[in-house]
This record gives sequence, C-alpha cells and structure tokens, in this order.
Amino acid sequence: MSAPLLQLDGVHTHIGAYHILHGVDLQVARGELTVLLGRNGAGKTTTLRTIMGLWPASSGAIRFDGGEIGALSTPEIAHRGIAYVPENMGIFGDLTVRENMLLAARGAKRVEDIDAARLDWVFGLFPALKRFWQHPAGLLSGGQKQMLAVARAIIEPRQLLLIDEPSKGLAPAIIQNMIAAFRELKQTDTTILLVEQNFNFARQLGDKVAVMDGGRIVHAGAMADLAGDEGLQQRLLGLSLAAHQ
Amino acid sequence: MILRRLLSGDLPRSRVLALILLAILAGLLLTPFAFPGAKALNVAAKVCVFIVLVSSFDLLLGYTGIVSFAHTMFFGIGAYGVAIALNRMGPTWTAVAVGAGSALLLSLALSLVIGLFSLRVKAMFYAMITLAVATAFQTFASQLSEFTGGEDGLTFKVPELLSPGFSLSEHPFLGVSLDGRLIAFYLLVATTLVLFLLMLRIVNSPFGRVLQAIRENAFRAEALGYRTVVYRTYSNVLSAGFATLAGALLALWLRYNGPDTSLSFEIMIDILLMVVIGGMGTLYGSVVGATLFILVQNYLQDLMKLASEGMAKVPLVRDLLHPDRWLLWLGILFVLSVYRFPTGIVGKLRAKSRAKA
Amino acid sequence: MNAATTSTPALDALPTVRPDRIPLLLLPVLALAAIPLVGSFSTWVTLTFAGLAMGMIIFIIASGLTLVFGLMDVLNFGHGVFITLGAFLATSVLGRMAGWTESESLARNLLAVLPAMAAAMLVAGGVGLAFERLIIRPVYGQPLKQIMITMGGMIVGVELIKVIWGAQAIPLPLPVAFRGSLLFGEAAVEKYRLVSVVVGLAVFAAMFWVLSRTKLGLLIRAGVQDREMVESLGYRIGRLFIGVFVAGSALAGLGGVMWGLYQQTVTPEMGGQINVLLFIVIIIGGMGSVGGCFIGSLLVGLVANYAGFLAPKVALFSNILLMVIVLMWRPEGLYPVGKR
Repeated sequence: MSAPLLQLDGVHTHIGAYHILHGVDLQVARGELTVLLGRNGAGKTTTLRTIMGLWPASSGAIRFDGGEIGALSTPEIAHRGIAYVPENMGIFGDLTVRENMLLAARGAKRVEDIDAARLDWVFGLFPALKRFWQHPAGLLSGGQKQMLAVARAIIEPRQLLLIDEPSKGLAPAIIQNMIAAFRELKQTDTTILLVEQNFNFARQLGDKVAVMDGGRIVHAGAMADLAGDEGLQQRLLGLSLAAHQ
Repeated sequence: MILRRLLSGDLPRSRVLALILLAILAGLLLTPFAFPGAKALNVAAKVCVFIVLVSSFDLLLGYTGIVSFAHTMFFGIGAYGVAIALNRMGPTWTAVAVGAGSALLLSLALSLVIGLFSLRVKAMFYAMITLAVATAFQTFASQLSEFTGGEDGLTFKVPELLSPGFSLSEHPFLGVSLDGRLIAFYLLVATTLVLFLLMLRIVNSPFGRVLQAIRENAFRAEALGYRTVVYRTYSNVLSAGFATLAGALLALWLRYNGPDTSLSFEIMIDILLMVVIGGMGTLYGSVVGATLFILVQNYLQDLMKLASEGMAKVPLVRDLLHPDRWLLWLGILFVLSVYRFPTGIVGKLRAKSRAKA
Repeated sequence: MNAATTSTPALDALPTVRPDRIPLLLLPVLALAAIPLVGSFSTWVTLTFAGLAMGMIIFIIASGLTLVFGLMDVLNFGHGVFITLGAFLATSVLGRMAGWTESESLARNLLAVLPAMAAAMLVAGGVGLAFERLIIRPVYGQPLKQIMITMGGMIVGVELIKVIWGAQAIPLPLPVAFRGSLLFGEAAVEKYRLVSVVVGLAVFAAMFWVLSRTKLGLLIRAGVQDREMVESLGYRIGRLFIGVFVAGSALAGLGGVMWGLYQQTVTPEMGGQINVLLFIVIIIGGMGSVGGCFIGSLLVGLVANYAGFLAPKVALFSNILLMVIVLMWRPEGLYPVGKR
C-alpha cells in the first residue's frame, strides 16, 4: 500500500486561549473519499483549517504528498495542490459567477485562458453555473452557491479537496444533486476529505471514515464497516448525532 | 496603613517609581519656593491639570480599551463652563459652582448619549465618530462667539481669594509673597490630589476590575453576565466627568479660556502621547507621562536650542534639533512606546522591580 | 452572507434581488432639490460644479483609505500625511518651474503641473511603502495599537515635513491657464473646478476599469469580502495589500496637489484637517466600498457647497449631519461591504 496523500500526526491547535485539537492523527489515502464525522465542536472544521494553514498547528506534523506543510502559509499550501471549500462557502458575492471562477483558476489571466474542456465538464456537473454565468454570485441560492464553491475547487486539477459540510442547509433534492456530482468527481481519482454531520450523505460517498470527538480521532476505518455495523454506529454516532439533533 | 488606604491598595510596586512619584509630588508642592518666577508656577499648574486630564483619559483607554478622540471636548466643556459663568455672573464662588456644575451635567449627558449610541461599534468606528463629533463641537464653540468669545476666547476675573490682588499677609514668607495666586496654586494641587486618589479608588474597585476584564476579553465578560455596553458607557461617563473637572481647574488657573487652550486637537494628541509614554492601564503612568511631557514641552526646547545652535553648520541635523521640533522627538518616542514597551515607563519600572524581586 | 445557508428548492430560479441603485439616485435628487432652494439657476450651476470638484478631490484622497480598510481592516489615521506631503512636493516642483506656470500657454502649464503630480504620487507612494513596513505591519489585527500608531506616524510625518519645508503656510498659485472662470450663459464655473472634475472622473474611471476588468482588481474586491478565501485560492493577500496601500498613498499625494491648488495655499496641518472629512466620506459610503466612497465624496462636496450658500452657519456641520442622516437610513453606509 502506498503512503497516504495526507497524514496528520499528533496535531494540536490553539485558538487564542482555547485548546481545540488535542493530537489529531489522520490519514487520507490517495484517490479515496474520506469522511470526517463528529458532533459540533469536535474539531472537524478546525482540522480542515489547520491543514489549510488558516490556523497554525501549535505542534505535530502535517505531511502532504511527501512534504511537511505545517509551517507553510495558506497560499503556499494552496499551491501545493490543496483546494478548500469552507463551511460558509467563501463565495465572493459582489463578483459574478464568472469572476469567481476566474479567481479560482490560478493559471488563467482571463476567462478565455481556462481549459475549455474542463469548464464544460464543470458545467456538466453543475448546469446552473452556466446559466447564471454573468450574475453576481451573491444572488445565487444557497444550493447554487454551494455548487459554485465546489466548482471553484475543481476548475483546475488539484490533488486534494477539503470540503466542509457541503450538505449543510440544503434541501433534500439538492443534496441528491450534490451526491451525484461528488460521485462523478470520484471517477476522476480526486482525493477528497469531507467534513459532514449528515450520516446519510456521508455513507453514500465515503470510502473511509474518521470520527472525531473532543479534538481527537476516536475511530478510523472503512465506511462500509461502519455502515454495516449498527452497534458501532450507535456507539460512535450516538455521540455524534444525538448531541447534534 | 493609611497610605495603602489612600492609594486604594494600588501601590507603585517599584522603588524607582515610588521615588519618581514622591519627587513629582514634592516638586509640585515646593515649586513656588524652590523655583521662583511665573513660568515655573505655570508649568507646575499645567502638570496638575494634565495629571487629572490624562488620568481620566486612561480610565477610558488604558482600563477600558476604548480610543476616543472626543476627550478634549469634555475638557473644553469644563473650561468653557467656568469661563462663561465667571464672565457673565462676575467673580463669585457661586459662579464657579454654577459653571462647573452645569458643565459637568452637559458632559455627563453628552458622554452618555455618545456612549449609548456608539460604544456598540468596533473600536475603529468609535475613534472615527468621536473624532468627527469633537471637530464639530470645536467649530460649534467658535461659532457661538456671543457666549464663548469665538476664536479669541474669554478673559475673566476669578473670586478674590484666588486673584493676584489678594494678599494673605503683608510679609513675604521665605521670599514668596502670600497672594491669591499662591492660594490658587495650592488649591489646584490639593484638588488634583483628591481627584487622582478618587480615580485610583474607582479603578481598584470591583467596577474597575470588571472594566479591565472587558478590555481583556469582552466576549468572555459578556458571557460571565456583565453587560459590556453598560460598563463601557459608565466608564465613558466617568472619564468625561473627570475631564470636565480638569477643564474647570485649567480655566480657574489661567483666568482665560479659548479654543486653543482646551478644545484643540493638538491637546488631544498630547494627551494620547502622555498616557502611552507614561504607561496605559495604570494611573501612575498618567502622572509620569503628563509630568514628563509638560517638562519636555517647556524645557526641552531650551536644550534643543543649545544643541541646534551647536549644530548650526550641519543643515539637516540643525533643523531636526530646532526647538520647534520637540514634538517630532516625542512622536518618535510615542511610536516606539507603542511597539517596544506598550506598558510605558511605569510598566517598564514595575517589570524591572519584579525581575529583581 | 448569512442568507447563504438557507435552501431554495427550485434550482433554476434566480432570486429576484436587484442590484441596489438607490444610493446612485441620491446625487441627482439632491442636486435637483437644491435648484428651488438656491433660487438662481446660474448660481446653482456654479455651486454644483464647486461641489463636484471638491467631491472629486476628496474621492481621489479617500478611495485608497477605504480600500485599505476593506482589505485588511486597517484604518490609517495617518492618511492625511500623504496629502500634506503631495501638496508640499507640488510647491517645490511648481516653485522651480515658475516660468512655466506663469506662462499663458496651457501646454507649458500642463508641463509644469503634470510633473508635480507625478512627483507627488511617486514620493507619496514610496513613503507609503515605508509607512506600511515600519508603522502598520507590526500591528496588524490590533485595532487599538493601530489607531495609536498611525496617529503617531502622522505626528512624526508632519514634523518631518516641517523640518524640510518649514512650519509656515506656502502659497501655491494656480498656473495661469487654470485661473479665472468660464461663462456658461450667466453661470460662472471656475476653470480649475472643471479640471478637478475631469481629473477626478479620470481617476474614477481608471480605478473602475482596474477593479472590474482586471484579475488584480477582482482579487482586491474579493479580498475586501473574504480575505481568507483569497488566500485559500492561493493568492498572497499581503502583497495585494501593500500594492493597494502604496497606490492609495500615491493617490492621496495626487489629491494633496489638487487640494493645495484648490486652496492655493499649503500648510503642514492641511492633511490632518481633511482626515475628518475622509472618515465621514468612507463611513457614508460603507467602509471598503469604492463605489460608496465615490458617491459619499460627491454628496459631501455638494452638500457643503449648497449649505455654504444657503446657511453658512449650518454648513460647518453639514458633513456630520449628512453622516448622521445616512447612518440612520443605512447604519453600515450606502454600500455595506459583505464581510465573511
């Protein structure tokens, strides 16, 4: 088995006076979709932000594609090939959909420079973006914004996508749409680390799963094992879902 | 121990600082005898007024973490209150009381309104809004020339006891004539001391501790159940009140008030420099800062004049050392203070004595 | 972006929210409302041009301030020092070219004024770079220190200007071709005000082009809204910020030249005096919004001139009144910038 694309060893993160991550050990294998589950405040978002360099790890190692990235700045980490979709989606509302996509395509100076085939592929995944191409992104609906956020992350090939709760606040119909898009994305061998609270969403997509609680990973394994073992679900997600509902 | 109670338990906590404070107190008390001449007496009086003014600003900036640029507005209200009342009602103690009292009421009301309306916003906005309000007030004051004397200001007589014409005794004491100016001076020193000790009491009360908790972490203080807006507003009102009293003292001492003596933005800058250089968040810092600044303002120029003349042949250095450029050096000291020792002189001294202990 | 998390069942539906154009209407409405108040149409034309000219100069100065705030939450209380610097540089450059400014030829006048503007922008931009490094960089994210340190920077800057140019006011006469007025019917419009309007429009157009048509401009606008996301996409916001800070300082320098020529005198205190006006303008416009800043500047300019004619005493407070009215209507300014 090859080395994982992303590996966190004993990562601690402090935000101000608060100690959020208490030694996170996490592996994300190449070409797989790993879901990070856990209740609110377990440290999922902090884990993603720490990987992205938005909050610096106070100790521990973060290795990505063979190199240590813990000390790099956020832009440098992005240049290594990690794309990030934050929980609030980070849409630039005053800019048009087109302009949002142009900024996401680092290599392009103008929209014409974006790889046309890839853009068509993205439009195929999220047709609404083509329709509202020239509209201010702030006017999109929540689901459309989420699509734009994911589209931005994949408009250029990236090695790893960090996606924070893509199903949050979306209607069931749109969640199905999103699941279809992620399935197609998985065909391209993209590695994805997905934070989720919605277990139904997660079980349909995940290859691997890691469960967090209290700033640590308390379980890691194949999604199939967790999906098939109700006792384990009860034990892990009881603390995950019950507290959340 | 009486001293400890007087100081509300907030001791200097540094031998050097204690000596400096004692020296300042002794210097102020002995000025009329040790340094004859009007200039020295005026400088000492100004030190007193600014100790009160800067301390009141520190209540806001150092203890509550609010930057306001409207502090001279309240200072000006106090000075104008006394000036207008004495000018209109004649040199009586009633006039002093009416002037200071109504100024105090106006300041409290104004600061309450400003506080309630704008202390919810971020520090940056508060600074901007107070700057705008203060500028408007300055314009307002010079426009109401019928009351305020406009740009020229007001000259007035003070109650006889305080006027130069009054004489306590025919015979000079230790070579100093015992006239109304001397009485006014000691009255000023005494009032300063009382007001300062009062502020010291406030910041060391439970109320003061809440203010500091808010400064450190407003979110947490709110979570603990303190209504931060209310506390900030109290602090704003108190600070404005003391600034008003400082203004009243200034007017009584100068027997004159105009926009440049109490309202101008230059004074606002001076206060900011004094509090930061002396040390924010400790009232002793205000004492040290105010004293140092005013001494520099009045005497550094003489020193710089000598230096500048010595450098007469070196063009740029000569200009940098020109006596009028004293603010340049204090400005640099200020910038360095904010970076290098944000706790100011007093913070440094205390840290040093802690390190020794 | 709080509304972002709500869901919309119909995927294809575009919410029917129209872009907000009401603030744009304020200017013509204000101008038209002033006609009957002023009474004489020719006076109104004169006042309107005076207001627009003043507003344009304020915009040139304030635009950098609002962008710098939008990008990094840095409010530079020392912005005024770049205005003063620009104006004093103009006295030096134009003073040496008296032969050209006193010439009747417009071309020669321009050949004197343009280098003065260029020098002011260049030096102010360079000083801006140093200011960012030395003064602002160490106190990112600490608003209290930032306010104090930028104030301190301004004190030192103004004192240094006094060291170089002296503490006295220096006259800055207009070049000959810019003096006097043009007559439109009965309305007299000072030539220099026309020039100011033209320069202001040019700056606005250039800025508009950069911000809407170039990737750099898109990045700036995106950074004003969500700095972290811009970094997550792989762009260094720090560099962007330095660029904007330098450009803003250079524009303040240009504005200083124009303001100095407008007043025809230059004093070391002029920058500090304008500061208050700048704050009012960027608060009115919505902190971080260039479009809002433009409208805010023109509003302030127009109101100051109309009020100055109609009620000189009130005029002194017109800016504050305007700010209060706008904030009562829109507490975050005309165009609130959506933040995070």
